[in-house]
Amino acid sequence: MNSPANPDTRTLSEFESKQRLAQGGVPMGSEKLVDNSTEAVIAAEEFGFPVVAKLCGDAIAHKTERGLVRLNLRDAASVAEATDALLASAQPEDGARGVLIAPMVGGTRELIAGTLVDPTFGKCVMLGIGGIFAEALADVTFRLIPLSRQDAEDMIANLEHQSWFREFRGEPEVNRDELVAILLGLSRIAQNSEEIVSIDINPLIISEGSPIAVDALVEVKS
Amino acid sequence: MNNAKTLQDRFQPLFDPKGIVIAGASSHPGKFGFVAAHNVLSEGYQGKVFFMNREGSEVLGRQALSSLEDLPENEADLVFICTPPRTIPDMLRISARKGIRAAFIAAAGFGELGEEGKALEEELARLANELGILVAGPNGQGVISTPSDLCAQIIAPYPPRGHIGLASQSGGFIQSLQNYAHKTGVGVSRAISAGNCAHTGLEAFLEYFGVDDETRVGLTYVEGIEDGRQFFEKARGMTEQKPLVVLKGGATSGGQRAAASHTGALASDDRVFDGMCRQAGITRTHSLEEAFEAAASFATHPLPRGPNVFVLTTAGGWGVVTADRLTQSRDLELMPIPEDLRAAFDERLPPRWSRNNPADLAGSETRDTVAECMRLAAGHPAVDAIIFLGAGIQSNLGLMEKNGRFYPEFGLERIVDFHFRQDARYAKLAVDCEKEFGKPILMATELVDCQPENQAPAGMIERGVLAYPSSWRAVTALEHLYQYAHWRKRRELPALQ
Repeated sequence: MNSPANPDTRTLSEFESKQRLAQGGVPMGSEKLVDNSTEAVIAAEEFGFPVVAKLCGDAIAHKTERGLVRLNLRDAASVAEATDALLASAQPEDGARGVLIAPMVGGTRELIAGTLVDPTFGKCVMLGIGGIFAEALADVTFRLIPLSRQDAEDMIANLEHQSWFREFRGEPEVNRDELVAILLGLSRIAQNSEEIVSIDINPLIISEGSPIAVDALVEVKS
Repeated sequence: MNNAKTLQDRFQPLFDPKGIVIAGASSHPGKFGFVAAHNVLSEGYQGKVFFMNREGSEVLGRQALSSLEDLPENEADLVFICTPPRTIPDMLRISARKGIRAAFIAAAGFGELGEEGKALEEELARLANELGILVAGPNGQGVISTPSDLCAQIIAPYPPRGHIGLASQSGGFIQSLQNYAHKTGVGVSRAISAGNCAHTGLEAFLEYFGVDDETRVGLTYVEGIEDGRQFFEKARGMTEQKPLVVLKGGATSGGQRAAASHTGALASDDRVFDGMCRQAGITRTHSLEEAFEAAASFATHPLPRGPNVFVLTTAGGWGVVTADRLTQSRDLELMPIPEDLRAAFDERLPPRWSRNNPADLAGSETRDTVAECMRLAAGHPAVDAIIFLGAGIQSNLGLMEKNGRFYPEFGLERIVDFHFRQDARYAKLAVDCEKEFGKPILMATELVDCQPENQAPAGMIERGVLAYPSSWRAVTALEHLYQYAHWRKRRELPALQ
């Protein structure tokens, strides 16, 4: 989908975006791109249930709003049904490539992380508290690329809601080293690419203390 | 340090000129050209001074040249230009031929007026490069440099000598900050009202402050940044050497609209600016008084080695509120009182003292108690900084008694003298202890504002060391010192001298 704010860019598909990030050293959750419900069930059985199914295409941005994400699929039958339904609901302009099957990542806390180009300061890394209260909390911090390890650690420490990173409703505290690795990876990828305009990892779910990138979009120059 | 030498050399004609010529010097006391001439002569600049105006008339009893062509060669290296924009290119060309290497342009009518003015500025920058002249301004209010007794500005006041380097896109703020310097006794090394920064940007002045031996801390007011990357790199180049305090105008959409019409600045995301500051070790502040107090703190107090703060007070409530503020701080710790320190205090104080941190002496101090307790706390290895409350209250009472109807009878003369002496001692004590133990000791009392002639604040002003109008503001300043020290430590930069 061309971003309406910038007609000179396009976004890569979720699958391609994640591959790009994984190659650049940002750890990504495991997933598989499948073409039909038979492959979907095989993938789901390999991962173990429950899984998530998402329609994947070159031009799909607002998957959740369009009902193109099916969570918590607990058996083969619901995986097959969801896959068929997602493929059937694809519009020609979506540029659909198939369905992504991924293990269901459990966790109540979400972060957002990414990169962007600021008109004054150039390439930056962003980290913020995500989830349904993200806008209300507006707890976001930025650093210029390239990030040092200290910069990445400082980003986490500078967020307003530090209690959010500690033990939380029976979940362990957030693994800061893993989060630092993600931020440094984002910095490296954006620094080394002439083509990337922005990266948006949302959500980055905290599962058993580990941040797992569940969805990502990379925006590149057209 | 070749780069340092080059920078010092480049800015020498602006800040330490051997001679100055004021173009557009006027005999009319209401004109900028008069004020600039007046301030240069009146504040004691020791170098050669020339005036120039079209009429070749007399200004302040001195004959002016009728053209810069008449200026003797290599006698002046700074030209201060008060004439309108259209005259400036010729002035610069002649100046360059006469050996002038820096120009300050006071005239308005450039980028702040829109596209056409922007083009004029670009032309000015091209010409400056071509001639090899450093140009400051236009639309600026002047330059001062206390090591050279140079007061080439069209505003007041001339601040005391000191170690804060000021660079501002707003001349009004230069004035405000110099007023603070005057009031607190914490002086200024150099100040530049950089105006529209057509040729020399704020970041260039900051880079210079980084290598200037007279400057211990930079303070800058910023509205618009042309090249964010360059600002970041040069600011970080400075913070690796010494602290830099920034006040940013236009942090909100309302402020941005105001900034666009003021200096022609463009908007950027404030959260990115904030992150940039943290990354570069810049001390970001959000009000003028916070900015000055942060810079004056860096200029006059040592950096704390850690977060542990000890509060010494002579009355309870002040200590309680300060304890609240420290407890809310994300950086500082209201440290538990060490056992051995408590025991040492017990030996010197009656049992009603608080026996905790804050150490509330509860009015139990005798002649030497405060001094002894402060030395014990400052000398304790667990204490990184001290907030000192209650200085000045004896003199406050003393002054009232002195002005009362019974003075000097009934033993009042003797006790008033004692009160005054005690507070004078406390100021000396705070400064001496700070030096001896190398830890920040911040005195806070509203008397700084309400009764600056009181012996406690007056003793601090006299020594040029900052005292604070409230403990809240002292803690804020201490947070800035700590954050910068912490930033340096995490990046393994050497300790500051």
